[in-house]
Amino acid sequence: MTVSTKIILRGRTVCAGRAEGEALVTRQTIPGWGGVNPVKGVITETQHELRGVSFKDKVLVFRGAKGSSGWSAMYHTARLAGTAPKALLFNEMTTKVALGAVVMRIPSMTDLDQNPLDVIETGDWVTVDADRGIVEVVKKAP
Amino acid sequence: MKLTREEQEMLDGRKGKATQKAMELLVRYAEALGAQRFVDTRNVAGVPGSVNPFLQNYYKDKGAEGFDAIFSHFDLDSDELVDVPQALVPSYHLQGGADPTAWQTIGVKVEVFRNYQEREAFAAAHDVGILKTCTPYLAGNVPARGEHLAWMESSAVIYANSVLGARTNTEGRESTSAAMLTGKIPDWGLHQAEHRYGTHRIDVDVDVESVMDWGMLGYYVGDVVQERIPVVIGRYSQPEIVRLKHFGAAASSSGGVEMYHIVGVTPEAESLDMAFGPKTSVETFRYGKAEQRTVYDRLNANAGDPNVDFVMLGCPHAALEQLREAAQLLDGRKVSANCALWIFTSRVVKSQALQEGIVKTLADAGAVLLTDTCSAFAQALPSGTKVAALDSAKQVHYLPAILGVQAWFGSTRDCINAALTGRWSGERP
Repeated sequence: MTVSTKIILRGRTVCAGRAEGEALVTRQTIPGWGGVNPVKGVITETQHELRGVSFKDKVLVFRGAKGSSGWSAMYHTARLAGTAPKALLFNEMTTKVALGAVVMRIPSMTDLDQNPLDVIETGDWVTVDADRGIVEVVKKAP
Repeated sequence: MKLTREEQEMLDGRKGKATQKAMELLVRYAEALGAQRFVDTRNVAGVPGSVNPFLQNYYKDKGAEGFDAIFSHFDLDSDELVDVPQALVPSYHLQGGADPTAWQTIGVKVEVFRNYQEREAFAAAHDVGILKTCTPYLAGNVPARGEHLAWMESSAVIYANSVLGARTNTEGRESTSAAMLTGKIPDWGLHQAEHRYGTHRIDVDVDVESVMDWGMLGYYVGDVVQERIPVVIGRYSQPEIVRLKHFGAAASSSGGVEMYHIVGVTPEAESLDMAFGPKTSVETFRYGKAEQRTVYDRLNANAGDPNVDFVMLGCPHAALEQLREAAQLLDGRKVSANCALWIFTSRVVKSQALQEGIVKTLADAGAVLLTDTCSAFAQALPSGTKVAALDSAKQVHYLPAILGVQAWFGSTRDCINAALTGRWSGERP
């Protein structure tokens, strides 16, 4: 018998809304302008562990934002190009990631009661209910 | 959020539709941050109404290509089209587009350049100061200590906070355009004294003197502290504008540093105690010879071919003394036929250099002096470029990622030598 474990996290809503999708997790901070191709929806920074990886339709789980002030404009462009993530879960609040979440218009949460980087792995199925401040994680099959 | 009567009136639409949309965006943004209130600003630096070919075509396809449309839909993130009024508070346009006198040099198509010109005219007609530089503090916008700003451009933000003691977070395109119409920005983070103290200590245990040394130290610091506030102490000589410019630009590229303290140098760090205030250091990092070499190797990780066909200086935009230094290093010789030398600066500094005769000296040597933008920003290289040489850790961080070229990092002298010979001869420290 397989038991699918479901983990519940609670946290602070950054942008309201509800979305679900496959998790894409990185312990590194995420670059904006100059480190991402928003039209293709991929990270391009040369030394980033997600270089070449697409964030389109993913629930992006990450430490926070770094680099250029063009962060929001890049992810805003990704929204227009249809390559934006479905939701954001992150640890470190900055103006870059706050404004980026706002203009991407996607459910986003921070200050979670367990470190999402420890609990969530790439490939897990994650539901972000930012209206209620709840995240549900279904672990991928081992 | 606590709104003042004036802010509530803006939100209610009593100050016009565009101001209402700007305030709606600022409220969404402030709530995302968890800010309680706004702070007034009379110094905004952003890129209002600017456009790139993707956005131009995107909105054209939607039948919304007018100037007000892009400002409404992109800058203000408004689904509704609004008439854009004049800037309410002093506002400035940062880098962008192409040098108005040499757009063909950097390969900009005529229709794209016309677009840039029309966008610039739009900004100017809305009372936006056209600085066209990533170094507004070298072009006449030098904020006072304690002044609240709403600035974009990570290298300018870190300079304003750390060196000048002004107060700004790293704002984005949408928040600066909204601030331009309202004079408001969320009172959060670096606007508040308690969030300006240091968090991490950096003990410098190797001599840091040259611009290249400061760039490498900045790149190291950004990598280890990410978005926190480093306090640097140890073996360095008094840095001036150019060294601080390169240090900050590097720290805000490898990490997200928006403010730093250098003990005995920056205004909020007369002593180690003053820099940390009531806080204690979360962690101490030692920057010695080994760390410096690791940074140098990381910055040169994308390079291998010693045949350099492109040298770019002026990231962030060159100060007058850097143009003078480049002219002196060229020393009457000519740039190699196998190599191009582009130097980027602001229109203001170029006009100063013109009066000093530096523009002519550089041109006589075969160097190309350009304003408004840079290779990474404009995605512009001389045709056929495979291997670049750069004296900026920030530009090295971005150029290979954006344009897929190899890039060497070294001193300004290493770069000028490469331009003269077409060969890289920089040495590991």
